Amino acid sequence: MVVKLYGQVTAACPQRVLLCLLEKEIEFEIIHIDLDTLEQKRPEHLLRQPFGQVPAIEDGDFKLFESRAIARYYATKYADQGTNLLGKSLEHRAIVDQWADVEVGYFNVLVHPLVMNLVIKPRLGEECDAVLVEELKVKLGVVLDIYENQLASNRFLAGDEFTMADLTHMPAMGYLMRTNINRIVKDRVNMNRWWEEVTARPAWKKLMKMAGF
Amino acid sequence: MVLKVYGPHFASPKRALVTLIEKGVPFETVPVDLMKGEHKQPAYLALQPFGTVPAVVDGDYKIFESRAVMRYVAEKYRSQGPDLLGITVEDRGQVEQWLDVEATTFHPPLLNLTLHIMFASVMGFPSDEKLIKESEEKLSAVLDVYEAHLAKSKYLAGDFVSLADLAHLPFTDYLVGPIGKAYMIKDRKHVSAWWDDISSRPAWKETLEKYSFPA
Repeated sequence: MVVKLYGQVTAACPQRVLLCLLEKEIEFEIIHIDLDTLEQKRPEHLLRQPFGQVPAIEDGDFKLFESRAIARYYATKYADQGTNLLGKSLEHRAIVDQWADVEVGYFNVLVHPLVMNLVIKPRLGEECDAVLVEELKVKLGVVLDIYENQLASNRFLAGDEFTMADLTHMPAMGYLMRTNINRIVKDRVNMNRWWEEVTARPAWKKLMKMAGF
Repeated sequence: MVLKVYGPHFASPKRALVTLIEKGVPFETVPVDLMKGEHKQPAYLALQPFGTVPAVVDGDYKIFESRAVMRYVAEKYRSQGPDLLGITVEDRGQVEQWLDVEATTFHPPLLNLTLHIMFASVMGFPSDEKLIKESEEKLSAVLDVYEAHLAKSKYLAGDFVSLADLAHLPFTDYLVGPIGKAYMIKDRKHVSAWWDDISSRPAWKETLEKYSFPA
């Protein structure tokens, strides 16, 4: 049975799930939920995702939302198929979880408002909060120094293999790299090396093509 | 060598502590003096490079991020104590879903309330009334969704208590206590019943008894 993903292929959170499904070679169908017309807030979608967000999945009778939970579910269920995203041992998996959780609390919390102000607001004809952008850039620099240090002695975030920890960063990072502040990553040697390596993966290239980027 | 949890008196480490106690895992705690800036010292940064609590050391193994620690403990000690991850892969999916809701949707506005109501004067920044009001509104909207969900489900991930429920304990304890907004929980029938249930678990009572911030 094919996984049904409700969301917009250009949006970061649905992309997180799509990238996981592509890495795991799991078949899926995208049912477009139009964010520009706030389709995610309508009653029909609220039945799938009560917080009015994307993505949500339906897999037969099984339903799930929260992109990172969906990605973890498929990575666990199809552990033996496609790329192993969850590490080689319990201890390794916990380090994968550690850096995946860092993405939520330290990375996304800064990159999301940056992308909102630099990409989304201009597209909607709204004014960008330049003061906030400067504050966020400084904070993000401090966080990326820690990532830079981690990647100086590790090929990927959780060790020497590509895992969920790397994957979960990629959609929002993709947006950040398309802004005029992408030097914040490019000027950091190890981050740049890491970004070039993870974006050379076939699954990412397929996703970018699907999203029209 | 016994597992060590750094920073037990603070809220986030209590996610790890309550999980360890639920699973009957022996551990030690190591206090971290945030007021003295101990978390910014090289010795601590070697354990947790972002300079926040908790950090956990288990023999040679180091791990941080409280929810990652919860998952590690729940998985490692799966066969003892309550199964906080559910039984099937699908159960676990539901646990992960609500654990993520806590992290991405419930926690951020509650963290704003915690910092601006409880810690602004101590940490030396002005309390932002506008942010407090907006955060309460956001959290209220989130709790409305929880109310509808808990009307149909005993616990967040189903009919079993899980990491998703436990993850809410430390900061909700602040909400109904020192933050002074117990009504946000009490005024919602099903959220209130769920809160009474999970906060009266012996493991949580023990966590508060042993590791509450010294008065």
